[in-house]
Amino acid sequence: MNRRLLFILPLLTLVLMAGFFAWSLMAGRDPASIGSVLVGRPAPRLEVKALRDGEPPLTDALLRTGKPAIVNFFASWCTPCLAEHPLFTRLATRDGAVIIGVAWKNKPPEALAWLKRLGDPYKFAGADLEGRAGLDWGLSGVPETYLVDGQGIVRRHFRGPITERDVNETILPFLKGGR
Amino acid sequence: MTRQNCHPERSEGSFLSPQRSLGLRPRDDNFRFWALCVVMLSLFAFPASAVEPSEMLPDPALEARARDIGRSLRCVVCQNQSIDDSNAEVARDMRRAVRERLVAGDDDQKVFAYMVARYGDYVLLKPPFKAGTWALWLGGPLVLLIAGVALLIAARRRKPLVPPPSLSDEEQRRLNALLKP
Repeated sequence: MNRRLLFILPLLTLVLMAGFFAWSLMAGRDPASIGSVLVGRPAPRLEVKALRDGEPPLTDALLRTGKPAIVNFFASWCTPCLAEHPLFTRLATRDGAVIIGVAWKNKPPEALAWLKRLGDPYKFAGADLEGRAGLDWGLSGVPETYLVDGQGIVRRHFRGPITERDVNETILPFLKGGR
Repeated sequence: MTRQNCHPERSEGSFLSPQRSLGLRPRDDNFRFWALCVVMLSLFAFPASAVEPSEMLPDPALEARARDIGRSLRCVVCQNQSIDDSNAEVARDMRRAVRERLVAGDDDQKVFAYMVARYGDYVLLKPPFKAGTWALWLGGPLVLLIAGVALLIAARRRKPLVPPPSLSDEEQRRLNALLKP
């Protein structure tokens, strides 16, 4: 009996490990994902000076209007931002979404030139040149996008560019339902 | 993303370039001496910190605390580096924030809480002990404990060694005959 156990033990270990590896590969688990602690909590403070000349700075009041808002950190030097840009344009024009853009570590003339070239989907735009607002929002890079409901609670946090699928499955239902 | 300084030297006559025309023994000893020096010096090498002089606080005590904190905060871009080791922009912002909090009079716990509020437990290189991490903390000691107990039981169960039966008269005689010089 003891001898048989000796034979079965390595086999059992192998099966356990193979199972764990299979689960790691298939469960859509991303070990590089750093998650977000903001989801479900009131949005961090938004104190950013305006990107466009002559506009008032961004404040928390923009996130507590009773209407859902999308906060998008972007930069003209960021290629994934370029990739997701048409989706925001469509959300703004076709779906009437309120999108707040924050140019992160991006010189305002460069960000403005980028928006002039590609179109400007942002109802409000701020410039976070030193990355202070980014830190408050738990930013790890650009682009990152937050869905904030009318009461100022963060409902989703996308790290990296949003996709067509995110728009259809998450953002549009959020805009309709406010959650 | 650690900094590496590469200065390949191509100057003629460097002690690293073997010169056949001077292939004398003293020359070899010289080479060995310098090679040993290089090896010895490399023992003192440590990963360069990414903290730049312009970021440092004038107060050495505060700066030392900032370094201690920075070494236990994980860079959110580079995953396996502390913010002190990382050259990422976000890591620099985090180092700045740590120093600003310290100057504002926060204690170390408050600075950690400040970062956790923004980036979650993820930023702590030493994860806290809680429901989600008990397996991480206890797993190692537990396996050690199980192995220890198993070893102890196995040792107890082991039968004492039985001394081999002594030789019969016939065998003894043969042995003596073989051993005879």
